[in-house]
Amino acid sequence: MTTNTLSKHVFSIEDFNLWYGNDQAIHQINMEIPRNEITAVIGPSGCGKSTLLKTLNRMIETIPSVHTSGSIKYNNQEIFAKKQLVEELRTHVGMVFQKPNPFPKSIYENVAYGPKIHGIKKKKVLDEIVEKSLRGAAIWDEVKDRLNQNAYGLSGGQQQRICIARCLAIEPDVILMDEPTSALDPISTLKIEELIKELKNDYTIVIVTHNMQQAARISDKTAFMLNGELVEFSDTDQLFSNPKDKRTEDYITGRFG
Amino acid sequence: MSTKVNSAQIKGRVVRNKAFKSLFIAATSIALIFLALLIYRILSQGIDYLSIDFLRNYPAPYIEEAGIFAGLMGSIFLISITAPVSIILGVSTALYLEEYAKQNRFTRFIQVNVQNLAGVPSIVFGLLGLTFFVYILELGYSLIAGALTMSLLVLPVIVVASQEAIRSVPKELREASIGMGATKWQTIWRIVLPASIPGILTGSILALSRAIGETAPLIIVGAAAAIYTIPDSFFSKYTVMPIQIWSWTSRPQEEWQYVAAAGIIVLLIILLCMNAIAVWIRNKFQNRF
Repeated sequence: MTTNTLSKHVFSIEDFNLWYGNDQAIHQINMEIPRNEITAVIGPSGCGKSTLLKTLNRMIETIPSVHTSGSIKYNNQEIFAKKQLVEELRTHVGMVFQKPNPFPKSIYENVAYGPKIHGIKKKKVLDEIVEKSLRGAAIWDEVKDRLNQNAYGLSGGQQQRICIARCLAIEPDVILMDEPTSALDPISTLKIEELIKELKNDYTIVIVTHNMQQAARISDKTAFMLNGELVEFSDTDQLFSNPKDKRTEDYITGRFG
Repeated sequence: MSTKVNSAQIKGRVVRNKAFKSLFIAATSIALIFLALLIYRILSQGIDYLSIDFLRNYPAPYIEEAGIFAGLMGSIFLISITAPVSIILGVSTALYLEEYAKQNRFTRFIQVNVQNLAGVPSIVFGLLGLTFFVYILELGYSLIAGALTMSLLVLPVIVVASQEAIRSVPKELREASIGMGATKWQTIWRIVLPASIPGILTGSILALSRAIGETAPLIIVGAAAAIYTIPDSFFSKYTVMPIQIWSWTSRPQEEWQYVAAAGIIVLLIILLCMNAIAVWIRNKFQNRF
């Protein structure tokens, strides 16, 4: 996939629908995700926000009953096109999951995993990538003396930053985050939020969160979803201070959800 | 009516609690007592007949010269063929069923049948081996025919054990790998297999130790009872320890029983070693997630 046709928008979603078997989970979504900004997707449980996120790197296809209609373009290329290899898409669009999920390997091996599966074998190159990625995830100083220890010995917040470092190691363009702090304590959450704000300079970030304050704190744009529909999508300040849709207002003022 | 708990009612529950505890201890003791009796009897009968010469000698018509060498080597050779064949086939099958196969009726049908196969009497596998390996493939009464029959016998157990080990690898780890652009095979090779290998090996070793003690299917596929050579090719004649022991117990003179007991001791030691290895592997690679 060539990136010389960089448009302002990383993803363009048009008339997108998704079904689990016969249940429609996403209805007719149109949205454009801007480059080098943080886009938050909020909404009550079961509104389809995680489903939408997992569609962007086609992880949703690991569920066999899923089928879709409409179009999603990544840098003007249709991600559902026949010639599009999902493995390639996922090296451009990385993902950080809800629960920290490091591999039961050393910290070094965790971060080097991505480069290794993509064929990098030289120790020196791998060393450089590992250091750069750990620095990028603001955890280098905490782990530089114990790179060969098992990642399971770290705290939950540290594990999640290792997972972010692991994602950075494949040098993605976009990072998808699926409620990355929901399993963490407030201090770890704060650190991750600070990290996300820094990452924005080099990456486009799409973050799903059920925490409205978090969306308000860190994101540039916010999308509100309800029952599989995109209710409102605008600048975060605008959405929280002056929502256009009655349902958005009800949700952010805590009347339901 | 008051729903408040009174002390008499609590007392009744505590007594019942103790009664069940005693019942379970008794149940466990019965098994242990019989095991102890068995080991005592075998040891007291066979220990005097156990010697280096017993391990080195071929079967002989005289008690002093009789040995288990042919059976011991036969069992080792048989397992050296059975282990790779059954583990490779078993783990591949388990990987297909767990990772690749669509979860539909047909897969469930295969699943149920694999589990049923694990419960089929071993003599049935002997008959299958006789028909297929000995006659249809014309392997004759050879080591390879016996080893392949044994592979079929332990295969279902290995498949089921491997499936459970593979299933216990958290799906989050697979997602993390797939999400970085790894293919399914890379994920299996680098994440799923390393995480499930302890479970797979433990299950396989236990299944293979069952195979070492099996007699019936090998009698059917033509293992010899008395043989004076060790196998030198896949098509050699062979015998295994349990058959050797069985042939000694069927002799009329009482002393042969003691020789058989000595053979059983050797067999038990090998089984215990295999189980110890399985326990060691399980502890060393204890689940880390």
